Amino acid sequence: MYKELGTFSVLYCVLARDIRVALRRQSDVAAVFFFFIIAASLFPLGSGADPKLLKAMAPSVLWVTALLSCMLSLSRMYASDHADGTLEQIMLSNQPTVLIVLMKILAHWLLSGLPLVLVAPLIGVQFNLSGAELQTLALSLLMGTLALSLIGSIGAALTLGIRGTGVLIAILVLPLYIPVLVFGAGAVNAVSIGMSANGALSLLGAVLAMALVFSPLASAAALRIALE
Amino acid sequence: MKNIDIKSNMQTSKFNWLQYASPKIFYPLAGKLIPWCLAGAAILIAYGLYLGLFVAPTDFQQGEGYRIIFVHVPAAWFSMFLYLLMALYAGLGIVLNARLSYMMATAIAPTGAMFTLVALVTGSLWGKPMWGAWWVWDARLTSELILLFLYIGYFSLQAAIDDKSRADKASAVLALVGAINVPIIYFSVKWWNTLHQGASVSLMNAPAMAAVMLKGMLVMAIGFWLYSIAVILIRVRCEILERDSKAAMFRQD
Amino acid sequence: MVFLANQYALTAEHVVGVRGERLLFEKLNFKCSNGTVLYLQGANGTGKTTLLRTLCGLSKPYAGSISWCGENINSLAEEYYKHVLYIGHLPGIKEDLTALENLQFSMALSGTPFHLLQATEVLKMLGLARGLNLPTRMLSQGQKRRVALARLWLQDSPLWVLDEPFTALDVAATELLKKKIETFANAGGMVIMTTHQEVIIDAPNFIQLRLDS
Repeated sequence: MYKELGTFSVLYCVLARDIRVALRRQSDVAAVFFFFIIAASLFPLGSGADPKLLKAMAPSVLWVTALLSCMLSLSRMYASDHADGTLEQIMLSNQPTVLIVLMKILAHWLLSGLPLVLVAPLIGVQFNLSGAELQTLALSLLMGTLALSLIGSIGAALTLGIRGTGVLIAILVLPLYIPVLVFGAGAVNAVSIGMSANGALSLLGAVLAMALVFSPLASAAALRIALE
Repeated sequence: MKNIDIKSNMQTSKFNWLQYASPKIFYPLAGKLIPWCLAGAAILIAYGLYLGLFVAPTDFQQGEGYRIIFVHVPAAWFSMFLYLLMALYAGLGIVLNARLSYMMATAIAPTGAMFTLVALVTGSLWGKPMWGAWWVWDARLTSELILLFLYIGYFSLQAAIDDKSRADKASAVLALVGAINVPIIYFSVKWWNTLHQGASVSLMNAPAMAAVMLKGMLVMAIGFWLYSIAVILIRVRCEILERDSKAAMFRQD
Repeated sequence: MVFLANQYALTAEHVVGVRGERLLFEKLNFKCSNGTVLYLQGANGTGKTTLLRTLCGLSKPYAGSISWCGENINSLAEEYYKHVLYIGHLPGIKEDLTALENLQFSMALSGTPFHLLQATEVLKMLGLARGLNLPTRMLSQGQKRRVALARLWLQDSPLWVLDEPFTALDVAATELLKKKIETFANAGGMVIMTTHQEVIIDAPNFIQLRLDS
């Protein structure tokens, strides 16, 4: 009999597959990215281009827009796997579902969260943010978007296969996103008023750590319920 | 098609302590409790209002307006407490796989949401004379608002899933996730409030707590508690009947 | 094939199946051991798929218990899943990936190493020589099903749970699959399956179970 694959090779295979599928559907990935850029550009058009006002608004605008962009792609997280039956295979894998779910979340973050982190400083420049603020923005988004993918995964799993999923996910997930938003935007705001961002960033890190522990568990439970 | 009460019957025969988890035994028991709870609630709430509106002294700073606190504070307590209680029943439901626990969680939610709404409305009524605005982003009120969103999420998920047993379990997971989040959200909102230096007058710290005020609030809280029990039991009974009649419908075909 | 060396048993005791608020079957008892082919029959809506999903551990039985070698499958979890090869109603094929990529992923989930040559050979044998490197969305229903079924030749799990494996297959493929199931059962494997086609499987222990009687 052959030697069984180790946990890491299986998990790598899951991650690689999700990324490969996404790269064959590049338009989906690009759509989230462009939504972020377009939505963020709407705010100056709505409020006027006063540089001071824009600078004051920037942390909240960029953070809320990033949060909405992340949320838009959530419904895809498990839906296609559910529709074609691969989710059943995932649940019946000989590796713990929690770990596979974590890989799927990681893939989601790499494809929809990380691009936002990379482009956000560029948009921040349009809002007159300074160098230190841009750095904090990128750092807070780096941690924050991962937390958003983690928390959002619970919503995606709970609403699997339900009609009108998109809006429902928003209702479930947005209130849970509030701490991430508060600490993430708070970190940038703190730098703007000349304080240290360390406090806010550590709190954001704590939220991320909590999400890392609880969210895969809750998502796996929710997926099991959805498939029953 | 036959009715599916097999499971609850099996439970009653195996574990005696779980017998109240059987809807059949629970139903008449709840029926007996409801009138007592309702009567107690009416008396206590009336007495609490009397204490709050007539006995408690006028506040030198806030005048008569502060008296709304006798409704606001117990309502805010219960909005949080009922959410946690709902999550507790949801967790019990998942662990024991008991239908009655899920029904309890489902029945608690509307009462919890109602108290959240009461806390929000009374808070904003109090805020108008105090702050000069109907809504101020005060930490307490903001937390209440987010709590209302969490309740709305719970209702929406339950309404969106057609299969009852899946709806029960999925919303139970959501309630648990929400319950873990409630303290985090509360803390983050407090932190946010200090960063942005929001309203400095808060409903809680303004009037010095006189003994009679504390008494009034506690009496109101117990009254709310009895009211909650009564309404929740009524709702669970409705839920049992509704699910039974659905099972009966299948029995006929 | 190595199954004759190990003794396996899947036991169902007083299993009750429910969908929504509806009772599908109750007090179901059976035992499968090496060489058993359990053929579930019944009209639409009698709970065949529900039973299969319960047997492979996707849903918990409403009441009763299912055990693998004496231990409850729901507490064994991953320890049990690695013995099961489940091919469900949905083929479990990602349309954007090629047949080979799909196989690699499905096999990785059950811990089986993927050998390109071996997989190519099996797919060719199943008549998919020309579609190896096409995204599976270009394949027909029957071809997609063959991609899913290719796992039967590539993995060696002692228990197969197959939901309507013959659907959308042509005569040749049906015959091929039937032969495969027979070889597998004769080597000591266990199969639990449903199908609307009339098939008689030549296995050491062929059991037919009607759910609607």
